[in-house]
Amino acid sequence: MTIDDVRQHRDWANDLDHADPEYNRNAPEVWEHLRESGCPVAHSDLYGGMWAPVTHELVKEVAYDTDHFSSQGVIVSNARPIIEAPVGPAPPITSDPPFHQIARRLLLPPFAPKQIDPWEKEIRTLCRGLLDEMGEIDEGTTIIDAAVQYAQHIPVNVIARMIGLPTTDDELFRGFVHAVLEAVDLPAEERIAAIEPLAEYLDAKVAEHQANPRDNLLDYLLNVEIEGNKLSSEHVRGSVLLLLIAGIDTTWSAIGSSLWHLGTHADDLARLVAEPDLMPFAIEEFLRAYAPVTMARLVKEDYDFHGCPMKANDWVLLPFPAANRDPEEFEDANEVILDRKENRHSAFGLGIHRCLGSNLARLELRVAVEEFIARFPSFELAGDMTWSVGQVRGPRVMPFRVLKVNPAHTGS
Amino acid sequence: MRVKLDSEKCQGHNRCYALAPELFDVDDYGTAVLLIDGEIPSELEDKARLAVANCPEYAITIDED
Repeated sequence: MTIDDVRQHRDWANDLDHADPEYNRNAPEVWEHLRESGCPVAHSDLYGGMWAPVTHELVKEVAYDTDHFSSQGVIVSNARPIIEAPVGPAPPITSDPPFHQIARRLLLPPFAPKQIDPWEKEIRTLCRGLLDEMGEIDEGTTIIDAAVQYAQHIPVNVIARMIGLPTTDDELFRGFVHAVLEAVDLPAEERIAAIEPLAEYLDAKVAEHQANPRDNLLDYLLNVEIEGNKLSSEHVRGSVLLLLIAGIDTTWSAIGSSLWHLGTHADDLARLVAEPDLMPFAIEEFLRAYAPVTMARLVKEDYDFHGCPMKANDWVLLPFPAANRDPEEFEDANEVILDRKENRHSAFGLGIHRCLGSNLARLELRVAVEEFIARFPSFELAGDMTWSVGQVRGPRVMPFRVLKVNPAHTGS
Repeated sequence: MRVKLDSEKCQGHNRCYALAPELFDVDDYGTAVLLIDGEIPSELEDKARLAVANCPEYAITIDED
């Protein structure tokens, strides 16, 4: 779509729907259109009322303002969360202060850089194994799917191992992710029913680990204490749910979008292959330009936000990806500049809910891109792609024609 | 040149630690810790500026002498 087609498609300023497939397909154009039309906060009557600021300044203001905005619901849908603040259904992402900090401090140490770095070798082996499984590749002819055969398998495998869930359940986990994050426009009752199997699965796994302790994150959560008390089973289940759902299609999307950029910008791909020292900056630039995650908040009480009459229980989308494309905050915001040196992007959020798994996500993204371009130093998009629907944005189907294989890059 | 870190603003993005490990460490919770509390050696000034320019929370500032 051209930006004109995007303008014509729907009234984005007054009838925004992030679950309209055209939203994720054309998100940068939608945000640009909204900013140009002088509407920094879009609105919709869908989902029981929803607002969406699209500038860095306003997204940041909402993210920092825990007095007026609650995190007890972070995925916009027709339902409202059943487990209320301050804990919410998936602590700490759905928790508000002061409980939030208590729940968050339990999970910060296992995801601190020095705990995450040792996973690099295992992630690299996983990536090489996936590349090997693509089989015989004829340069210039073979078409592979970098989303289906590569990106979607990496985070789910890593987070399942960390939590202590069977990696062979990966298809099931992707189904849960779809139910939670993509099937958001179902009627409230259908949505609650669609998520029930996930709760049942997690309850069964928690019971298994209680009966037969192991050494992983799930067992850590079963044993850790807050002021001498073990966590409630709802808290354990909610935190495992968070780690599983948040750890899968977010990074899968970031890997896919980064490879999509390289598959559609041959000059950037050639430069990154030739100048590997650019990688740390390029990864941050991909995260800025193609940030996968839009968060959400619930309005606590009726509140006038810069002239927007927000009502209690309205949703507020927090499109960090839009903030990352705001020309007021970033020079040449719509350009991907591999060696961008000033880059205060908010792909992992801003404020107290900064993504707990950001160090793991960055490691997975870097290793996945490094291994892919080491094996395939030249490739191009070779057909129609499909984008995800909803608050996590990334390629779901992405055919690439492999133009060059590096024979020296061998498998595990 | 001196570097200042506002620990209240730091949310543990760990960008400073990644870009300038000579100047910043992180604690067990991923919160940044400033390693040099005085004058920054001139060879680390560029890294200090890089850390400032990549902190999403604007938690790091520089005092130029």
